[in-house]
Amino acid sequence: METKPRKARKAFVNENDCVACGCCVKVCPKGAIEIWKGTMARVTTEQCVGCGRCARECPASVIEIQEVLP
Amino acid sequence: MKKHWYDYLWLFSLSYLILGFFNILFAWLGLLCFFIPLIISITKGTKGYCNRYCGRGQLFGLLGGRFGLSRKKDIPKWLKSKWFRYGFLIFFFIMFFQMLWNTYLVFSGTRGLRQAVTLLWTFKLPWHWAYHGTLFHPGVAQFAFGFYSVMLTSTVLGFITMLLFKPRSWCVYCPMGTMTQLICKAKNKIRK
Repeated sequence: METKPRKARKAFVNENDCVACGCCVKVCPKGAIEIWKGTMARVTTEQCVGCGRCARECPASVIEIQEVLP
Repeated sequence: MKKHWYDYLWLFSLSYLILGFFNILFAWLGLLCFFIPLIISITKGTKGYCNRYCGRGQLFGLLGGRFGLSRKKDIPKWLKSKWFRYGFLIFFFIMFFQMLWNTYLVFSGTRGLRQAVTLLWTFKLPWHWAYHGTLFHPGVAQFAFGFYSVMLTSTVLGFITMLLFKPRSWCVYCPMGTMTQLICKAKNKIRK
């Protein structure tokens, strides 16, 4: 049986425009996003399940969900 | 998700706004919202205030989220651009020092107390009902009127952008947020 490599969805932060408010941290169900040194949000890609809650919450809309190859 | 005690700090922000309608001297409490974020960013180098304790952010989050008052649209690009955020911070600073100057004038006796709240730096709203005299110098009350003006104005601005864009749009251009982020960048030597 042949299986195609499944694409995973992950959150990506445009760090340059991030205001580090922490709204994303509050809604992440996996604790996969943190505010790094009070300057920008950072995703722990291995823990991210790509649900998109952070992207929806982000007041600056700087988080994008992208498909990545595992 | 588990609720923490600090998830209820929106009650503080709401009470603050309401108390200002009854006794303007409560406006002094607002200094907490200025000093706590600064102290956290300077000593710990984090935006712990924004991330956890900011009651105003929670209030907007609640009104725009749970109460559904927000359109939840993307904020326009210019509102999140660096020049606007830094520009707004500078503008806020200038207005803040102007307020301090007015307070000084009352303290020095050059000018009398003006029992008014200035909304959006322009509109003078009569606010005499919230003034019942002070045990201290009238300058103390002048500062309260000035500071409450700052707080009410920023709440109104935040409320409008909450309606138009995402609930916590205020966080994008909040001068305190911009300032604490700059402090964190400087403290942690991050250039971006």
